[in-house]
Amino acid sequence: MARALIHMPTEARRGEVIEVKTLISHPMETGYRRDSMGQPIPRHIISRFVCTYNGEEVFRAEFFPAIAANPFLSFFTVATETGEVRFQWTDDQGNTQTETVRITVV
Amino acid sequence: MPAHRGCAPLAILLLVLGMAVSAPGQGAEPGNAIRAEERRSGYSFLTRETQAMQDDDLANPGFLWVAEGQELWRTAAGAAGRSCADCHREAPVSMKGVAARYPAYDARAGRVITLEQRINGCRLDHQGAPALAYESQELLALTAYVGLQSRGMPVRVAIDGPARPFFEAGRAEFLMRQGQFNLSCAQCHEDHWQQRLRGLPISQGQSNAYPAYRLEWQALGSLERRLRNCNFAVRAEPYPYGAQEYVNLELFLAWRARGLPVETPGVRR
Amino acid sequence: MLSVSRRQFILAAAGGLALPAALRGVAQASPESAAVAMKAILGDAASREGKVSLDVPPIAENGNSVPLTVKVESPMTAADHVRSIHVFAQENPLPNVAHFYLGPRAGKAQVSTRIRLFTSQKLVAIAALSDGSFWSGSAEVVITLAACIEE
Repeated sequence: MARALIHMPTEARRGEVIEVKTLISHPMETGYRRDSMGQPIPRHIISRFVCTYNGEEVFRAEFFPAIAANPFLSFFTVATETGEVRFQWTDDQGNTQTETVRITVV
Repeated sequence: MPAHRGCAPLAILLLVLGMAVSAPGQGAEPGNAIRAEERRSGYSFLTRETQAMQDDDLANPGFLWVAEGQELWRTAAGAAGRSCADCHREAPVSMKGVAARYPAYDARAGRVITLEQRINGCRLDHQGAPALAYESQELLALTAYVGLQSRGMPVRVAIDGPARPFFEAGRAEFLMRQGQFNLSCAQCHEDHWQQRLRGLPISQGQSNAYPAYRLEWQALGSLERRLRNCNFAVRAEPYPYGAQEYVNLELFLAWRARGLPVETPGVRR
Repeated sequence: MLSVSRRQFILAAAGGLALPAALRGVAQASPESAAVAMKAILGDAASREGKVSLDVPPIAENGNSVPLTVKVESPMTAADHVRSIHVFAQENPLPNVAHFYLGPRAGKAQVSTRIRLFTSQKLVAIAALSDGSFWSGSAEVVITLAACIEE
């Protein structure tokens, strides 16, 4: 499990636009580097990030090797209702990692 | 320096000055040419954007390691099945100010040791756990987590008493020319800081932000890793990880950085 | 740890600028291949300059990690919003940087991340709006140390 940090308000007013900041540890190996023996290091990156809010997709990103290591992502979403905001990262080998944060909307 | 009487006092004076690195402050103690008011963290040599990356705990990738360290702190380890927390309770309380005074003389080890070595000492002696490898994710995480508990506090290491010989050895290391380029640390970081090398300004080589996330490494790394990069930069063979030469040098560097705030986990280029 | 080949290091030291492609063994994108990548998004439509702004340092300390914020002017209502934002680095080995998919629930069309840039170049962002139109913006970045080669 990669270390992931998520920062977003856990309480908001209905309709408020909130900022979500995420950080996840991953080398985002580009596939362009070579090791000390001159052999290419294979590409291994997080290729997809999806944020769902009570099951509905509110933000999605497709990453390419040009996204820096330990990807940082900040985006916005509207606090519509109390519930679960789910974050899922998927890498190019099909591994996924999911984190959830509960938000209370008044 | 005691005044010399007798034959050739001038020659002796010139010899001593010649042996010391020529520094802007006339007759300044070797390796201590930067006055207190001029002392600057590597932070001040960064672009605004990189500074912003360090300033925002929510964007600073070093916090990925800190979060890992926080969890390791609470995780039982070794034959004794003890976690750091079992003895040290809450790190923000028990570890406050600790990193700011490392490297430090350790009576049990009989020498000056780094924070990494102290952590491993705890693992061996109190947890019955094997030492964590240098530059391993776990050791970096714990060092960063403990370092964070000193953030904002001034670096303040003891160089007197039993630490003195190690400090002087560290100073000698700092002043020694090394590598194919035959450069000493002092020649860049005492004599030419702020001047440009490869388009970027040379810093003072202060160590107050380590372990730090270096953009070049795309990872958090230890001060020792950074010093090894410096060895390579002048085409010198690095010492093995954990060598006392590095520990001594880190003590000297911490003294040199005295008064600067601990910035762990820093962000550097 | 990886070691830099002496030749690469000396060349990098020589100018502090990006190394020529032939000496790096990594193919560079060209404005033509970037255009192909952009066409995959645009299809036959054209994009107009405007509404899209890129906030990126004009000189990046290290190409390994360059902070980028893309903003698109939009009320982000159900009737009028940004569907997606696509970022391209024309001189990277691969011009695609990221695709971001928004929608009215985003509230604000603004995304920040950190990217890798191979060499000094122009960054382009294309936004697809809900009315089917495409808008674009760009920014030039100077890199003093390239990212995609071995450190």
